[in-house]
Amino acid sequence: MIVARTGNEAMAEAMRQINPDVVAAYPITPATEVVQLFSKFVHDGVVDTEFVPAESEHSAISACVGASSVGARVMTSTASQGLALMHEILFIAAGLRLPIVICLVNRSLSSPINIHCDHSDTLASQDSGWLQIYAENAQEAYDTTIQLVKIAEEALLPGIVSTDAFIISHGMERLELLDDKKVPEFLGERKAPYSLLDVDHPLTFGALDLQDYFFEHKRSEIDAMDKVLPIIEKVQKEFGEKFGRNYSTVDEYKMDDAEIAIMAMGSTGGTGKVAVDRLREKGKKVGLIRCRVYRPFPKDAMLKAVTKPKVLGIMDRADTLSTLGGHLYNACRSILYDADTRPLIKNYIYGLGGRDISIEDIEKAYEQLFDIQKSGKVDKDIVYYGVRGE
Amino acid sequence: MKEKEGWRELPIGLALEAGTCKNFETGDWRSEKPVWDAEKCTHCLICWVYCPDSAIIVKDGKVQGIDYRYCKGCGICAEECPPKIQAIKMVREEK
Repeated sequence: MIVARTGNEAMAEAMRQINPDVVAAYPITPATEVVQLFSKFVHDGVVDTEFVPAESEHSAISACVGASSVGARVMTSTASQGLALMHEILFIAAGLRLPIVICLVNRSLSSPINIHCDHSDTLASQDSGWLQIYAENAQEAYDTTIQLVKIAEEALLPGIVSTDAFIISHGMERLELLDDKKVPEFLGERKAPYSLLDVDHPLTFGALDLQDYFFEHKRSEIDAMDKVLPIIEKVQKEFGEKFGRNYSTVDEYKMDDAEIAIMAMGSTGGTGKVAVDRLREKGKKVGLIRCRVYRPFPKDAMLKAVTKPKVLGIMDRADTLSTLGGHLYNACRSILYDADTRPLIKNYIYGLGGRDISIEDIEKAYEQLFDIQKSGKVDKDIVYYGVRGE
Repeated sequence: MKEKEGWRELPIGLALEAGTCKNFETGDWRSEKPVWDAEKCTHCLICWVYCPDSAIIVKDGKVQGIDYRYCKGCGICAEECPPKIQAIKMVREEK
């Protein structure tokens, strides 16, 4: 069925079709609608979900941890400060290997207070042990929400699927909805390895773990993250075969003969693709790399992509405040250390607090990268793109 | 003592067998111990209700004594034992 939906509506529709056992949530702009719409499905009896309107995001995710420990399929939604308030529990959910899924909307973290898009919220949680997938549009957000439930449950790891605040969350798009029956069929039942409420087989959950066992448990969690990429690829493939929409961990656009490339995450991937099309019409050999799966970092697929161009502009919608530039920039420079050929790289920190990035802005960045190709030198490795006073 | 497991042998997600506190005898932290007087005790079971370590041994509704393997010597039992009864006294642990 083809409908018109915003990103938030798309994620709420996915949640309706997934019909989770438990949803515990607290509202926050710009993700409020996801759960607001879902609570209406609960009220109308369209889903069987036990809905827990919690008093904070910390409580919401804690309720999710409890419910998921029982073996329930559990989802929630949040953004920005909400994810920051969940931060402590994120690590616990991952350590307990609970496949909770968050439908998140990327919004700047305070301060200054802001409600618009950048990726500082999820990137601040990058080391929490959660999977992170960034959608380019509402369709991908919808499809990925469904995929992520399956990935998380197989990997026994929690995951975040995210959209860009307002650009995707509130922008109306054409959306292809799957048949209501097909989604539960695709997902099957959650099969938890054990349940907190199984009184016949009582277990201790989350016990104190000191010098003698903590490291072994953490190593086991790291191993789970090491093994998740093949699961993501398998689920993406299965989704593509069943429903005809194909996704990859790294989205390469016109990269095969590209001499100049730009990398981005989220909606900027879409904007950048239009810029690529325009420049290609003028005969310029440009391409775009979109990091779709960010946690775990898809090292092999990314290395394949980033070694194709001669010059690469990496666009980060957050800064690490470390003097080292953005997250993608650091990750890519790290994986390129052992590569035989390395592109010249320039880091563009852009779009903080929802500062708009236009097709023309990206075309201009491509032009700068062409200049670097000509001179063979990166003039300035980290730039703040679109900020006044530079 | 058996060798500790490597990370590959551990159950997934920090789920461990239940009731392992039983194997961890916390009584050796004690600096004072409660001494129970069977003559004075009226078996009101207030000490049993209040003991945070389930260290009051009760059989058929009657106090039998104190489980020193788990008693941490907090003194709550002696404090809660009714003032007119005073069947539990705290004494210094001495080797």
